[in-house]
Amino acid sequence: MTQHNRAKSDVFVPSGQIQFGAFFQGVNSGTIWKAAESGSQTDFESFRRIAQTAERGLFAAFFLGEGLRLREHLGRPHALDVVGRPDAQTMLAALASVTRNIGLVATQNTTYNDPADLAHRLASLDLVSGGRAAWNIVTTDNAWTGANFRRGGYLDHADRYKHAEAFVETAKRIWDSWETSDCPARRVVHEGRHYTVDVTPRLPRSAQHRPVLFQAGDSPEGRNFAARQADVIFSAHPKFDNAVEFRKDLVERSIAAGRGANAVQIMPASEFILAATAAEAAEKKEWVRNLQIGPQQAIAYLEQFWGRELSGYDPDGPLPEIDPVVEETSETRGSGFHGAKARQLADQWRAEAKDKGLSIRQFVISKTARIDSTFTGSYTAVADQLAEYARVGAVDGFNISPWLIPTGLDDIVNHLVPELQERGVYPTEYRGSTLREHLGLEAPERTADQAAEVVHA
Amino acid sequence: MSNIQGFLAIELDGAGWDGADLTRAVLVAESAGFHAATFTDAPAPGRTNALQRAAFAGPATRSIALVPEVDTVYTEPFHVSTQLASLDYVSGGRAGWIVTATESPEAAAAVGRPSVTGAALGQEAAASIEVSRRLWDSWEDDAVIRDVATGRYIDVDKLHYADFETPADFAGAGYSMKGPSIIPRPLQGQLPVLVPASLLDEVSADAVDGVLVSAPAAELLAAEVRDVRARVGASVAVIAELDVVLDARGQAAGSRVAPFDGGRAAFAGTVAGLTDFLESLLAEADGVRLHPASLFVDLEELGRLVLPELRRRGVLRAPVQDGTFRDLLGLERPASRYASATAAPHGAGK
Repeated sequence: MTQHNRAKSDVFVPSGQIQFGAFFQGVNSGTIWKAAESGSQTDFESFRRIAQTAERGLFAAFFLGEGLRLREHLGRPHALDVVGRPDAQTMLAALASVTRNIGLVATQNTTYNDPADLAHRLASLDLVSGGRAAWNIVTTDNAWTGANFRRGGYLDHADRYKHAEAFVETAKRIWDSWETSDCPARRVVHEGRHYTVDVTPRLPRSAQHRPVLFQAGDSPEGRNFAARQADVIFSAHPKFDNAVEFRKDLVERSIAAGRGANAVQIMPASEFILAATAAEAAEKKEWVRNLQIGPQQAIAYLEQFWGRELSGYDPDGPLPEIDPVVEETSETRGSGFHGAKARQLADQWRAEAKDKGLSIRQFVISKTARIDSTFTGSYTAVADQLAEYARVGAVDGFNISPWLIPTGLDDIVNHLVPELQERGVYPTEYRGSTLREHLGLEAPERTADQAAEVVHA
Repeated sequence: MSNIQGFLAIELDGAGWDGADLTRAVLVAESAGFHAATFTDAPAPGRTNALQRAAFAGPATRSIALVPEVDTVYTEPFHVSTQLASLDYVSGGRAGWIVTATESPEAAAAVGRPSVTGAALGQEAAASIEVSRRLWDSWEDDAVIRDVATGRYIDVDKLHYADFETPADFAGAGYSMKGPSIIPRPLQGQLPVLVPASLLDEVSADAVDGVLVSAPAAELLAAEVRDVRARVGASVAVIAELDVVLDARGQAAGSRVAPFDGGRAAFAGTVAGLTDFLESLLAEADGVRLHPASLFVDLEELGRLVLPELRRRGVLRAPVQDGTFRDLLGLERPASRYASATAAPHGAGK
């Protein structure tokens, strides 16, 4: 337990351990739906199966994304990718009754939720699950998503994190307003530019006091936000050198935020393609990539950047000679680059593909295949690699996106986890009953007693 | 809907419960033979979110319908629709929705909105129901095609923008909602929607599948049920609301609890008296929802004595194994309204 009680210090101490999280992506192009063993993306059975497998492998947490509007491609819902997913908290509440230990993380947006309502719902999930809930804080600023909500699109990009931080502070005060179930709640009041909250909370603190906070954000503002507020940050930097660099940066920001060097854990998003031998793993990778990026997916990928239909082009041929549509600047998602940048990018890509002798499909695979986040190899080789991450404290764990549902964690749990346990870098049992305990996080300090005053932000 | 046999629902409350309490309560209700469990969302210290309690109960149960209250006034209709559709998935098609329209200044203050009162409450409810129904239909049943040959996961022609806008005479702050839903069509197509009779002025009977009927006293309940039946017709389930406290464990009903608050008709007395009363009530109503004074004390008597006797008398429907909530209510699974616009000429069901 020593690592769990690291005092607030300016010196970073590696935990020497790796934790896993499982991310059921729901809407994405990385999950293979074309294979015979690909299961449903919405049936409860898929979620139950994969969450229970993760729990068998002592994963710290199971994550769900949030959908607020369907992705579009050239003005229509995107036909080629996995699309459609259940509400995160509803699904996690159901999973709470068929799991015992694994943490349950709901991605929830600060822009299109009300703080009091969301805080109550997360506290509710935390109580129902016995202290296993977490909130992955995300923000949105586009009116396109806002079209599905009463508020509409009202948030300036520059305000995104300010708004999110005020939201999180309010949620923390709501969660902290009850010490125990016997203690009467204190009123929480917040008057801000975007919302006003005046609420007397009605839920006591959970076994882990309040939901664990996860956050992803790579910009300086995002990193500072995480350094001030989050317990765990999802980084986009799993490659060793980048991971070490990211850790250093985050440690500095955490110290500057007054929270100590060890306050924020890091879990990069990652993909594992594993087999008994390196050769088999390489073969498997080929199979995975070809199912992820079929001929139509390759063309559609280019269409996002070209802003026009390219269905006449041969996926096995060279990149299109025609130029992108440059005036594509609508609010709809899917157009990856706007204005003059599109033409420049197209020129660059054509040259690159020609240089490397890549077809459209090969080129798109090279651009989309999560090269930076993929661990490919034999179980033993990858275990050795991860042990090195643990030794230096490059990361605290990995958030794994399985490319197959619902069996995509089986090889990790059956083969990689035991290898990691043998190396002494992976838990051999759950450390407690709450997510906070699994992660070795200290009980959170209560927010200051602000009951009597209105907090302006 | 008029059936000789009726169904029984039970309100499980849930204040101060953890997951283990919840599992126990819903399993006891299911094995007692209740057809549906409802989950109040009225604010009370220690009471967790109703929809999450229903979702938690989903995988633990097999045949009982799970019906949470969800507010329509201070919630986002898009979220409400998605959450309810998800409840249908995690319960294998046993989800329903008791529509509430919260009239409390506290609820308004919590989300920083002006308080909604009077007829505007019903308008908010009607709009929210319409948004959910459109979103549930916005993916046609066979929209997920997984067509390897063409690389298409979905058939885009089977996804539809709901394009909802509040009506011009909407009392509250009007809004619009685009769609389509983020989740494929619920297993039941449309979840059964139940509303309290008090909302029927603004919420059309065509928009709902069931009405919850209250009366100030037990002897007035049957007449109230007849009145509502006359208003909504036979195709809408009429469900009587009844508080219950029984003589149990050697104690008279009257000594066990303080009198009910008067909002609903109450029955206090013997098992035999309640059994007779429910039999007569089920001759008028499609179902009765019981609000037990003390869940586990009264539930034990109900499960051990009252329900078996009602079944013996042929008054109760058999539980529907692996059935949906719509099956229980005798409702067909409707086609999506958008599918009918292109494929079939007749109007869409609700």
